[in-house]
Amino acid sequence: MSDNKEKKSTSRRDFLKSGLFIGAAATTGIGLFSSFTTPKETKGEKVKVMTSDGNLVEVEVNKLEKPKVPKFDSASLDLDELQKRGREGIAGKKWVMVIDLAKCRNARKCMDACQHAHHLKPEQHHINVLQMQTDENLAPYYMPKPCMHCDNSPCTKVCPVDATFKRQDGVVLIDNERCIGCRFCVAACPYSARVFNWSETIDEKKDNNDTYDIELNVPQKKGTITKCLFSADRLRENKLPYCVSACPNGTYWFGDRNEDAVTNGTTGETVRFSELIEKNSGYTLMPELGTKPSVYYLPAKDRVFDFDEEDKKRLEEERHHNH
Amino acid sequence: MSSEKLTKEEAKSRFEKIVSDITRPMTHHYGLNVWIFILLMILSLFGYAYFIQVRDGLGVTGMHDYAAWGMYIANFVFFVASALIGMLISAVLGLSGQKWITPITRIAEMIAVAFAMIAGLVIVFDMGRPDRVLNVFIHGRVQSPIVWDLTVVTTYTLISTLLLVLPLIPDMAIIKKRLTNAPKWQMMIWNMLSLGWIGTPEQYKILHRSIRALLILIVPVALMIHTVTSWLFAMTPRAGWDSTVFGPYFVSGAFVTGVAGVIVAMYFFQKNYKLKDYITDYHFSKMGQLFVLVAMVYMYFNFNEFLVPAYKMKSGDDHHIMTLFVGSWAGLFWFAQIFGNIIPMFLPIFKYFRKPMPLMIIAVLAIAGAWIKRYIIVIPGQLHPFLPVQNVPDSFHVYTPTGPEIAITLGTIGMAITIITILAKIFPVIPIWEVAEEKGIDKETINE
Repeated sequence: MSDNKEKKSTSRRDFLKSGLFIGAAATTGIGLFSSFTTPKETKGEKVKVMTSDGNLVEVEVNKLEKPKVPKFDSASLDLDELQKRGREGIAGKKWVMVIDLAKCRNARKCMDACQHAHHLKPEQHHINVLQMQTDENLAPYYMPKPCMHCDNSPCTKVCPVDATFKRQDGVVLIDNERCIGCRFCVAACPYSARVFNWSETIDEKKDNNDTYDIELNVPQKKGTITKCLFSADRLRENKLPYCVSACPNGTYWFGDRNEDAVTNGTTGETVRFSELIEKNSGYTLMPELGTKPSVYYLPAKDRVFDFDEEDKKRLEEERHHNH
Repeated sequence: MSSEKLTKEEAKSRFEKIVSDITRPMTHHYGLNVWIFILLMILSLFGYAYFIQVRDGLGVTGMHDYAAWGMYIANFVFFVASALIGMLISAVLGLSGQKWITPITRIAEMIAVAFAMIAGLVIVFDMGRPDRVLNVFIHGRVQSPIVWDLTVVTTYTLISTLLLVLPLIPDMAIIKKRLTNAPKWQMMIWNMLSLGWIGTPEQYKILHRSIRALLILIVPVALMIHTVTSWLFAMTPRAGWDSTVFGPYFVSGAFVTGVAGVIVAMYFFQKNYKLKDYITDYHFSKMGQLFVLVAMVYMYFNFNEFLVPAYKMKSGDDHHIMTLFVGSWAGLFWFAQIFGNIIPMFLPIFKYFRKPMPLMIIAVLAIAGAWIKRYIIVIPGQLHPFLPVQNVPDSFHVYTPTGPEIAITLGTIGMAITIITILAKIFPVIPIWEVAEEKGIDKETINE
């Protein structure tokens, strides 16, 4: 397993490269914990950073220091430690994903990377690229659909044992050491984001001796839930989620809403989250349900490709069948 | 019933006849062996199927990620519905002064206890990790409707059991003095449950008071068990479940199921236990009228539940409504509506259909309709989520229950019937002392 991890990480870009992710020394007397700048910034320039109490202040770039990110060696942690940090989440963060529907051409590299990382079966999708066409007069488009990591999450509300829960950084996780397999969360999720291990998992025998990492949800366990975790294990290492960095088409942006910055998984470019949403009329899925998703979509305007003809036919049949 | 003054001798002989009529089936086992054999077959089949499910996982059922709840949950809702009858008969009718219910209260309570007890187990059989069932107590979250459901179903089982046991006390004292040839364990149970009853005015006072208190207490608890069960669905934002009338809709449906269940049980006990003098055509006629009433209330909620979304045809609801009304689920839907609601609402209006046999047939069909209705409430909505079902095997577009799944479901029904069979074998199915009192027999004779 760790071999695969190693190989994968070379093909992925680091979440926030050194120089992007800057911690500030206490020049102003207030504890500045971290900030976000674009790569264009050079020495001598001033930069806006956010203090831990949420104020924006301007400091000189050369006064900034790299944050001391505590190094965790996941392999050396025991189950209790993994569970504890997994349930707490990463302080000060509010992870968000932006999916640019104009860019998605159904390459499905995200699905592959995700299934590989989480040891899923072919029919199990933490992220699923859907072919969408809500009305015959509307243009079809591809829509990757991960878990929305809702702030008002129907799934965590109904869980009888707190096996699925929302962390301080906004990620909704599942603890398969505690899950009783009642599947109430599957029934409650309006986005069909949850998957159940109905029978023996693919790597059950092989994974059996591995310590369970709640942030990766591996080993998978028969009779428990699995779901998209926003790659919480990768976030822990300051890396982008598996799906985001696997995309060849620049569809995904991922980052921290508190810092108002998201990074593109393909190009590595970092932009302001609020500007990206504003300029492109970003939206969330089914806002009328009040779930408050952490995943945003940019409309499939000026698509950079054509919708596959075969897929078009298939969608038409599906519509026909339904009516 | 009769106000004439009986002589001591008359009262005594009448009372002894009542006792022997009601207790005869407890000592004479007509066809019981065959019945127990059938039940044992069902239970062994269940045991084998459940073993397979535990070994191989819930994958042996027809469930999948787009029908994550299947037959088990539908069956659970049906069980909770059936359990509700105890409260309707004993509490609602009893407290409102309906005298005719006396001979059928115990049958109703036996059904309530049996179905409430097994309802909890049905949920355990549906769990992916039944070995972790204690997590619900260790890590229970008060925010989860499952925890609410667990709490109220347990409370209801407890109160229903008390409502079965308390009115048994005088009967136990009567029986233990007369059925002295019974096996020792049976004598022990009777002796224990008679709680030293000798029929003093003080004992009567305590008994009546505690039964009354429980009857009042069980009304809100019974309403809650089915309301909370409906909330397992209504608390989610899914089309077909996202409804504000689900609570009363479920409760009113449960009354129809429960009345039907009691009618079938009455018919069985009247014929098989030869209790024609106690469970009479009059009782069937009354139950038939009650059937019409509860079916009317249910119809009202059915209209609300289906007509309102069908008028608006909101996206999500539109698809759900169409599949039920004219689509792939229409056959089951209309069966459930016609036999589970329309027929019980109209036919028993006519006197002929309130006779035991026709009413029993209507009730059996209503129970089938009721079970199917729960199936329709639970499954079709899940198969049509808001987002398209794609990149999964074709079998994920439908739900087909498997052999083990059906065997386990039948097994749970077998368990409930086993409990009723046992209860009806060691306890009189008709409250002897209450029936005797109504027939004008004095307390002294009863407690002699």
